[in-house]
Parts: sequence; C-alpha cells; structure tokens
Amino acid sequence: MQNLDPILQTRGLNVYYDTKKVVTDVNLDVARNRITAIIGPSGCGKSTLLRCFNRMNDLIPSARVEGQVLFDGLDLYGPDVDPTEIRYLIGMVFQRPNPFPKSIYDNVAFGPRINGFKGDIEEVVVRSLHRAALWDEVKDRLKSSALSLSGGQQQRLCIARALAVEPRVILMDEPCSALDPIATLAIEELMRELSEHYSIIIVTHNMQQAARVSHYTAFLMVEESRVGFMVEFGESRQIFTNPEDERTEAYITGRFG
Amino acid sequence: MAVISQTDFQTRKARRKWMGRAFHGLCLLSVCIALGMLALLLAYLLIQGVTRIDWSFLTSFASRHPEQAGIKAAMLGSIYVVIVAGVVAFTLGVSTALYLEEYAARSRFARIAKLNIANLAGVPSIVYGILGLEIFVRSLSMGQSVMAGGLTLALLVLPIVIVAASEAIRAVPPSLREGSYALGATRWQVIWYMVIPQAFPGIMTGMILAVSRAIGETAPLIAMGALTFVPFTPDSPFSRFTVLPIQIFNWTSRPQEGFQEAAAAGIIVLLVILLVLNAGAVFLRNRFQNKWE
Repeated sequence: MQNLDPILQTRGLNVYYDTKKVVTDVNLDVARNRITAIIGPSGCGKSTLLRCFNRMNDLIPSARVEGQVLFDGLDLYGPDVDPTEIRYLIGMVFQRPNPFPKSIYDNVAFGPRINGFKGDIEEVVVRSLHRAALWDEVKDRLKSSALSLSGGQQQRLCIARALAVEPRVILMDEPCSALDPIATLAIEELMRELSEHYSIIIVTHNMQQAARVSHYTAFLMVEESRVGFMVEFGESRQIFTNPEDERTEAYITGRFG
Repeated sequence: MAVISQTDFQTRKARRKWMGRAFHGLCLLSVCIALGMLALLLAYLLIQGVTRIDWSFLTSFASRHPEQAGIKAAMLGSIYVVIVAGVVAFTLGVSTALYLEEYAARSRFARIAKLNIANLAGVPSIVYGILGLEIFVRSLSMGQSVMAGGLTLALLVLPIVIVAASEAIRAVPPSLREGSYALGATRWQVIWYMVIPQAFPGIMTGMILAVSRAIGETAPLIAMGALTFVPFTPDSPFSRFTVLPIQIFNWTSRPQEGFQEAAAAGIIVLLVILLVLNAGAVFLRNRFQNKWE
C-alpha cells in the first residue's frame, strides 16, 4: 500500500495455543490516524490478532506468539520490552463494557494513577471525559458509581479510561456488539472524531459498520485446518465495492459467515 | 374410552395434595425444633446468668468463693488470644489464597496445596494443641503464653480463612483484571487495587467464621498449656493466660450453685464478645460491599 503511513506493522505473525496454530503468517500495516477494521467469520482469529498488538495474549499461559509486531519500528515482542510499559500506549476497549466498580472519576483516574502520573489528575479526567463525548452526561455526578451508567455510557467511559493515559493507538474488540443501535451510532461517531488524533483498529463482525466507519479493512478467514489467515487488505471503499479475492466477495455478499 | 376412571384420578390428586401439605409441615416442624432448642438454651442462660453480670463480675479474678468469682482474667485472655489469632490468620490466609489463586493458579503445586488445606479443616482441634505445644511452646521457646496460644489457634482457623479468601478471589470477574492490565497495570497493581478490594467482603466473611471458631476453642489451648486458675491479667504477649471457655468449664464442674450461675454469666459474656467482633467484621464488609454496587 503506497500512501499508507504505518504506525503498527506485523511481520510473519503466528499465534499458537499450546501446539495448535490459530493465526498464521499475518503481514498487516495499520495506518496512522486512520481506522482499520478487521473483519471475518467467527473463530478466524480476529480477536487473537488484535490482542497481539498490546501483548494481552501474554496473559494466557498457553498462548505463544511468533513473528514481529513493529510499533513505529520498535518490535513489541523484542527481548527487552516490558508489556506493562507499552500497554498504556496501545489502549484497549472490550466487547462487553467493563467499568470498574468505582466512581466515574476513579475509573478514569485509575490509569494515570497506576502509571505514576504526577500532574493534575482532575484535569486529565475532565479532558478525557470530554474527548470521549461523555462529559455533559456525567459532569454533575463524577463521584457516583460507574455501574449506574447505561451500556453506551459505560462503553464511552471505558474509552475515556483508555484515553486518560494518552495512548497513540486504540484497539477496539467488537465495542458495539453489546449495545443498542443508538448507542452504537454514538460510538461510531466518536470513533470518527478520535481518528484525527489516534490510530484505531476495530474488530467487528458487523460488515456495515466496517464499511461505514473504517478507512482500511483486513479480511481474515479460516479453512479446514482451522487456522486463521489474512485473505485481503485494502482501502475499505475498494474492499466493499470491488474486492480482489473471490473469497472476500463471498463473505461480504453474505454467502458465508 | 377412558383409560383412567374419574374416581381414580381424583384419588391421585387428593393424595398429592396431602403429601405436599405433610412435607411442608415436616419442614416447618424441623425449623421450630431447631430454633426452639436455641431459644430454650438462650433463655436458660439468660435466666441463670444475667443477674450475675455486674461490674464486679467483669473486673474480678476467679476465686474459691462463688460470690467473688469474676472473669476479668479469662475475658482479657480470650480477647488477646483471638486478636493474635485473627491478625496472623488474616495475614497468612489472605497471602496464601492470593498465591494459590493469582500467582500459581493452574500449577500442580496449587492443586496439591488446596487439597491438603481442605483436609486440614477437618483435623480435630486437639491435634493443633499438641502441634502448638511442640512448635511454639517448646521449640520456639515462647512458653505457654498468649502468643503461643494465639498462633496455635491461628493455625487451627487458617484453612477457613484460606478457603473463604480463595472463593472470594476467584469470584472477581476476569473482565476487571483484563481492563486493569490493558491500562498498563503490573500484576501487583491489579491484585492490590482491583482484586483485593473486590474480594474483601468474602474475605471478611471468612474472618467472621474463623474468629467465631477460635473464641470457642478449649481443647487445643489446654493442650498447649493455658491455665485454669489465673489470678492476674496477661500483661504481655508472653505471659500465661486463660480463656473464657476454660473458665466456664472450670466453673460448671464445681458443685456450688453460685458457680453454675457464674458459668452462665460467663457464657453470656462470651456471646457478647463474639457478637461485637462479628459486628465489626460485618461493618467492614458492608463498607466495601455497598460502596459501588
């Protein structure tokens, strides 16, 4: 891809659970300050691939990653890299909103506090809530429990939480699948705003969403061996109107998935 | 063509209804018997002993004369021993549970350890007394002291704390841990700032059970050398001591009526102390539980 300025790149990425390979030989470039969607049928390894970018697969004892994941040239799986040092730079929002059982304020402040932030935390909390388009709805009740928010608000709180530690990339693992359509649209709107300053990778099984929201799309698939691989990657406009690979076309026209 | 005649059907229905009522009645009767026995026991205690409780009872030492007998030494001994046991059991128990559930979660070592801990809960308490005598009193030269007694009881109730804490830690949703890790938290930070506060109510429940057990134990403390007649208050962790159950038992084995009343009064004091300790733990538990739910 000629004009793509990559912030993240995978080179020969393979993921195993014990001896079973689940993702094979992925070479993906993630564009800076753009939204990249990863689509594909269930079980093709989309989430596993996403979790390679912030080394969350390290938390699974049987998972093993081979290959390189380059973050502005630095190999995240290099020998001297401490995962906790890079995780705040590559934030993550999960499928089901997971606000901490604390106040709204403490949720957003959690990231800066544990990373040893010495500045004005209140200012960071306010700024992050603004950036996550949640401020107006919660400004009067920052000390109330985060669990009292609606699903869509909770997910925006999780985004605010990730933003509070000033990431460069935001990984989103099917962030809207547990939300109603109106909340979903709000999150998609937010994603477009955020992509001006952050690079976003979204895993989604909702193709219309991928087409609506993303600049680039990667299509993953499994075959009988049950190993996930990347079939095609390109600008979303092209992938969804005129894909090069017939398997991509079969998937987006709903012939399987 | 009716296969079952109408009258057959009616009999079956009547019989089912009757069975249902009988079963309901049986359960109700069981509850009444169980609660009734408890109520009877409490009533008997109160009648026998409540008049005996006054300031001099609480502040006097034991005596050969029933009217002058007091539980000061036993009460303080119980409180000190239970505090030592509680603090040690809490620290060791929670740390063990954290190690088994967080650090060594799926290892063979953890499986073996958990199996053995569950078994330890069933060991007769006198065995802990003999263990305490050998290790704390003799080998570690603590003497037959409050410290040795407290440590002996700590070992006794340790399995209770470990099991309760393990359950509580396991109940913390993985999504909270993942969310913390994703923000760049180290393992230690996830445990300290997320897991422990979430598990705290369950851990407190374990502590309530442990303290309730410890305060009523007699045999292991006698085995490791608690006294029966103590005319002084324990003034250091290494002084000799007695506890309420021992004192109460001592009084009930005396023939004089006055001592029987004193024993009943002693039991009431024991129950009150137990209630106060439990209330403290429940208060702590509620503070953590209601905060953000």
